[in-house]
Amino acid sequence: MKKHKLLTALFALLAAALTLGVAACGGDEENDGAESGGEALSGEIVIDGSSTVAPLSEQIAALFQEENPDVRITVGTAGTGGGFERFCAGETDISDASRQIEPEEEKLCADGNVEFEEITVANDALSVVVNPDNPVTCVSTDQLNEVYGPDSDITSWADVPDLDEPFEAELAIFSPGADSGTFDYFSEAVNGEEGEQRRQGINIVGENDNATVTGVAGDEGGIGYFGFSFFNENQDQLKALEIENEDGDCVPPAEETAQDGSYNPLGRQLYIYPSADALQEPVVQEFVQFYLETANEVIPQAGFIGLTDEQLSDSQANVDRLLSGSGGSGGSGEETTE
Amino acid sequence: MNEPGSARTRRAVAGARAAVAAGIENQPTADVRKSIAFQAFLLFTIGVAILGLALLLIDAFVEGLPRFGTELFTAETSALPQDSGFYNAIIGTLLVIAGVTAMTVPVGTGAAIYLEEYADRERWWNRLIEVNIQNLAAVPSIVYGILGLAFIVRGPLSIGFVVLAGSMTLSLLVLPTVIIAAREAIRAVPPSIREGSLALGATEWQTIRRQTLPAAIPGIATGVILAISRAVGETAPLLLVGAAAFVTFSPEGFFDRYTVLPVQIFTYFARAQDEYIVLAAAGIIVMLILLLAMNSFAIWLRNRYEQKW
Amino acid sequence: MEARDATAASGLAAGTTRPRLGAASPRYGEQAIKGILALCALLSVVTTIGIVVSLLGPSLEFFKEIPVTDFVFGTEWAPSEAADPDSFGVLPIVMGTLTVTLWGLLVAIPVGLGAAIYLSEYARPRVRKVLKPTLEVLAGVPTVAFGFFAFSFITPLLIDVWPGFLGDPPNIFNAGAAGIAIGLLIVPIVASISEDAMSAVPAGLREGAYALGASRMRVALRVVFPAALSGIVASIVLGISRAVGETLVVLMAAGSLPFLGITFTEQIQAMTAFIGVTATGDISTGTIEYDTIFAVGLLLFVMTLVLNLVSIRLVRRFREVYE
Repeated sequence: MKKHKLLTALFALLAAALTLGVAACGGDEENDGAESGGEALSGEIVIDGSSTVAPLSEQIAALFQEENPDVRITVGTAGTGGGFERFCAGETDISDASRQIEPEEEKLCADGNVEFEEITVANDALSVVVNPDNPVTCVSTDQLNEVYGPDSDITSWADVPDLDEPFEAELAIFSPGADSGTFDYFSEAVNGEEGEQRRQGINIVGENDNATVTGVAGDEGGIGYFGFSFFNENQDQLKALEIENEDGDCVPPAEETAQDGSYNPLGRQLYIYPSADALQEPVVQEFVQFYLETANEVIPQAGFIGLTDEQLSDSQANVDRLLSGSGGSGGSGEETTE
Repeated sequence: MNEPGSARTRRAVAGARAAVAAGIENQPTADVRKSIAFQAFLLFTIGVAILGLALLLIDAFVEGLPRFGTELFTAETSALPQDSGFYNAIIGTLLVIAGVTAMTVPVGTGAAIYLEEYADRERWWNRLIEVNIQNLAAVPSIVYGILGLAFIVRGPLSIGFVVLAGSMTLSLLVLPTVIIAAREAIRAVPPSIREGSLALGATEWQTIRRQTLPAAIPGIATGVILAISRAVGETAPLLLVGAAAFVTFSPEGFFDRYTVLPVQIFTYFARAQDEYIVLAAAGIIVMLILLLAMNSFAIWLRNRYEQKW
Repeated sequence: MEARDATAASGLAAGTTRPRLGAASPRYGEQAIKGILALCALLSVVTTIGIVVSLLGPSLEFFKEIPVTDFVFGTEWAPSEAADPDSFGVLPIVMGTLTVTLWGLLVAIPVGLGAAIYLSEYARPRVRKVLKPTLEVLAGVPTVAFGFFAFSFITPLLIDVWPGFLGDPPNIFNAGAAGIAIGLLIVPIVASISEDAMSAVPAGLREGAYALGASRMRVALRVVFPAALSGIVASIVLGISRAVGETLVVLMAAGSLPFLGITFTEQIQAMTAFIGVTATGDISTGTIEYDTIFAVGLLLFVMTLVLNLVSIRLVRRFREVYE
């Protein structure tokens, strides 16, 4: 009877689904925990944090996985702040960060018994982008403060003082959200205090960097900011402003200017923070080592700015120290910034 | 006098019909004009719906077409958008949905059988269950995400951000719909079947197992597939429960990390490179194809096995 | 029972056993099965309890710090500035949700009701053959596709064709595009439930009106529509409930900046989007910011619960009257 055939078919489907699940579960247990010693590593690495660093971590994760197909790496983009909170709760192995860890976060990690290391993996020139039709070439952080400051209420480029070219378009201001390390870094450098930024008349794009690109490219008066790699990828649609540095020179965001430190105060470094627990796993050790080795090769095609030789050897020394197991330092506040 | 079927009757009936028709058609012109205008307005609003859907589909197709091809289904996620496909996300979706099916079909059917066959409608607790199910069907999906995050991923169960957590969360979301669909299917079985079986001495459960349930299965199957195809498109609860952003592997078991198709699309959507947007649109096409396949299967099932009582 | 006893007693001689129509044995298996099935049904109650508990606990923590009146009536929503106790007024994001819902209804009510009236009163086969599948497909399109459509098609279109007299063109994130997309999303809900309600109106009412010479429009608007009103209102209420609970579309197209007021061109933040953004970002358990997720979630749950109860009441009314 067709009734019974259908019934049997459905039961069979259900049974198949269940057995698949159970068998897979059983099979999975064997793969848990890294196997070291052989060429093929296996295990899981959970990475989360900055959406600026994520593309770099993803590229390196993908390459690592090509050589070690049994390793599973996931990269999330909860934002630098969100990433640290997960990290300090023990939910992730490595935290991507576009700014250094803050004292409150260090305390959080201490409370959660999470020790970590800070490893510099790239330089970044935090780029301020505008529409290509915008004639302005160079701005200072004071002028940016006029636009982005917490007390700012101007709505037009005409209200920005001392522009090097006259410009009258309506402002269309874009910014990442409060979870973003880029936001933290920018607000501190431009507005004097981290987290302070105007709240009215500004488009918060969250982690959606594409919205900044579309928004600024689509509006004559658009202005936004994000990591250099995003500007690099979209040079045909956007223009980056030169920033007046502490010496009074107008410096564009570029590889050289980020590396030699002339692009300030918006030059910064990008970090990964592996936890001491994670570093016990051979797979994580290999991965961190691999990260540094391939970083400078991958970085140009990922659009990031590589490490200088000095930074690279510093980071390498850090990693070597970690891997040789000479005592994990519980958080490193002693990293020198450029 | 006038026998039914005689020529005179037929002519009389025809005449009566003509008179009524004439009366109806004889409307004042203003009314007729208004009526036509109204009909035009209705057709216009319908046109908006059709146009809206068409634009949505066309937009996704046009934007995603450059990337469309078999690699979209077979390529794994890679760091470069040009090389990425949705294979990992598809496997993740299939695994999560398998879990959802395995959990909702028995529980949903069981609950529906209880409510339709056993429960005394007069008791307050049975009425409470019914109202409860209807309310749960209307709760925003993100609240289920909070529930899953608090109790399944963390909290008492604490299984972490794994496939099973996603399946369980989605099961809770979809269960009310499955129960409602199963109840409709069971209700459609005529009482005479049940009564006949009981009259012949069968117990309640025997009646259900051998008569009612087999008769209701096509309806239940159709309802389940439609409910589950809704689960395929659910993104919000899975965002909270951990369908990760970037995974380069396919989950192999229920305790692996994972990503699903809609979350993958959502993540690509937020990237700054144009190729990712194209990929997101292509992903939408993939999803629509998957859903079309599921819904067509459900309709085929219904047409093939539907019992006309 | 008594009837059977009586006939049996009256028809049999003394000394013979009365045939019993009940089960010969206690049938424990049956009881067990009934128990298992009842448990399945109870799972729904457990789920509701789970939802309430998961929301209530942290919400109560939250309300210890922030008084309920500040939460409900406050006008500034900036939980990331936790130090400032004035930044937990939920009104801006509630307004965000309601604004988007409003634009959605402006699309969904005419289109949904138009489709319903057409299907139940006019129903020319050619149109029906296109309309029914359209509605079914619309109901099945995933929300991420609607969000994508809103951001990548509706918003640029609005920006391009925006007439000058309406003021500034829309932002890249705006409430209007999200609202239009959500409207399209809930058209199937409004259409199908309204159509059910209209079809349930007895044919006699219609035919009586036709017999009295009314035009089709008059019958539709003056006879069927009022008769089905409670079902139609129920459909709209359900549509509102769906729009209020929608997350992806507002997340992708409406923005993340709370805005106190009704707007079409500016960005807003909806309650659901706030939960989505915060829960995937800041998740430091135990802080006030984390607890806001639950407080807002509780508010959402209560809102949709009330809307749903209202619509159940209305549906029951239209079903009772005609069945």
